[in-house]
Amino acid sequence: MALIYLDHQSATPLHPQVKEAMINYMETVFGNPSSDHQVGHPAAEALARARSQVAALINAQPQEIVFTSGGTEANNTALKGVAIGLREKGRHIITSNIEHKSVLNALRTLRLLDYQVTSLDVDNYGLVDPGAVEKAIQPGTILISIMLANNEIGTREPIADIAKIAQKRKIIMHTDAVAAVGVMPVDVQQLGVNLLSLAANQFYGPQGVGALYVRRRTPVWPLLDGGVQENKRRAGTENMLGIVGLGAAAAEAQAEMPEQLPRLQALKERLAHGLLAGIPEIRINGHPTQCLPNLLSVSVEYIEGESLMLMLDDEGIIVATRSACASGSLRASHVLIGTGLDFATAQGTLVFTLGWENTEADIDRVLTVMPGVVQTLRNMSPLYKKEHTG
Amino acid sequence: MAYSDIVMDHFKNPRNVGEIPDADGLGEVGNPVCGDMMSVYIKVEGDRLTDVKFKTFGCGAAIAVSSMITEMAKGKTLDEAMKISNKDVAQALGGLPPNKLHCSNLGADALHSAIKNYLDRKAGKVPREDVEKEPHHKPKLEGCYCPYCEKKVAEEAPFCLFCGTEIPHEHDH
Repeated sequence: MALIYLDHQSATPLHPQVKEAMINYMETVFGNPSSDHQVGHPAAEALARARSQVAALINAQPQEIVFTSGGTEANNTALKGVAIGLREKGRHIITSNIEHKSVLNALRTLRLLDYQVTSLDVDNYGLVDPGAVEKAIQPGTILISIMLANNEIGTREPIADIAKIAQKRKIIMHTDAVAAVGVMPVDVQQLGVNLLSLAANQFYGPQGVGALYVRRRTPVWPLLDGGVQENKRRAGTENMLGIVGLGAAAAEAQAEMPEQLPRLQALKERLAHGLLAGIPEIRINGHPTQCLPNLLSVSVEYIEGESLMLMLDDEGIIVATRSACASGSLRASHVLIGTGLDFATAQGTLVFTLGWENTEADIDRVLTVMPGVVQTLRNMSPLYKKEHTG
Repeated sequence: MAYSDIVMDHFKNPRNVGEIPDADGLGEVGNPVCGDMMSVYIKVEGDRLTDVKFKTFGCGAAIAVSSMITEMAKGKTLDEAMKISNKDVAQALGGLPPNKLHCSNLGADALHSAIKNYLDRKAGKVPREDVEKEPHHKPKLEGCYCPYCEKKVAEEAPFCLFCGTEIPHEHDH
């Protein structure tokens, strides 16, 4: 039985072209891109090519791309880098309650260093209100960091509107776009942000490599100190193999997106409608339209997500769960709770993230298998009995 | 896969699922906020458990634990059953991942609660129809506290910034 892989948020397979580019690089180049001799030059050329490829994907200039070890480092660099860079100007930062942990915990560290953080609530769809952002601005506000699209519920935040406010008030605007870049069009000029984080493993590139877009003249102090690599923003000899893979993945994503985006959107709708029609008492989380085209978050009443995930796994269907038990934290997802979901319902949440290799037949198989699995678990659940016998 | 083969077997083919309509005792532990909730029904003849069934809301480990405790308890005397510990259940399952020992390993607690419920009913303390509920886990204080100096610390902090002691992962005990 072929696996049906619906967890592209956690990892994507390498695109064949990406794999080829990486193997080719591995076999032909080993020089240090900083070395100004004939062994170093091919590495420097590959680095420049990857930088252009990533810049093209988000409509940036190549010199505005800083390669990092992934989305987490990009987010940490943006937040801590601006906090240090503008420490004489102010010590207040605005964010939302549903950010990725690499943002939330970077801000935890900044709080320890006497920065103040305002964390905004979201509505039931997970949307941040630009008006609330504006109200939260203080004289000492130096940075606003709101994600472009949420990685658990898919909701897309009104970043262009918030960035306009930031620009007007001369505040640096960062967006964590890790869940969006490579999946949907992302244009830093249209968004009007100063900083944007992305990661290769979200769009068929290798794990452990990403980038931070740094608009010119944005005061970002390096997180890692050392040499003058990456325009003095990120020291250390470059992860060339990863960077070559990221560049190739960016080029492929840009080429294939016009065809893939509507296809993924249609598959997601097929899945959502099929689940709603086939299983009573479930809910779709996130915004109905302002949402990632490939992500569907579903909460199933009366059962717990990990047991559902394991039973689907046994059927060859691979999904992610947001139940506290499986995520290694005792608490239910801060994102789901942030949208007002109760704890028990949040525990029964699955996240489906579709990818370029998924087909209609895959979705139909999920729609065939899942109702029975849900009923088996509901029949085992003391909560289901209580609700259904009064 | 972090679960043993025995756990996966009990998870996929759980034994003794269901309710006993005229149960002599019912124990309920956990709550959905924690992620796991178990109900154990028992039938008693003389001082022996003649039937044990369960219903569980929870992860794979919680379901396997529930299934295992019903098998371990069936046919035992009440005294013997009261001696089964959560640790015994985990051992019978070939071990559980460390992060599941704390929140999902409630089977023996649920069984003991059902036996106490039976004894209370017998002593006339509880009307037969009434279900004695174990109190839910006390809601934790909001936030996380250093177990050594008791100052408030961030949930995912690697060590306490006040006393310097390493903070064990919430699930590692």
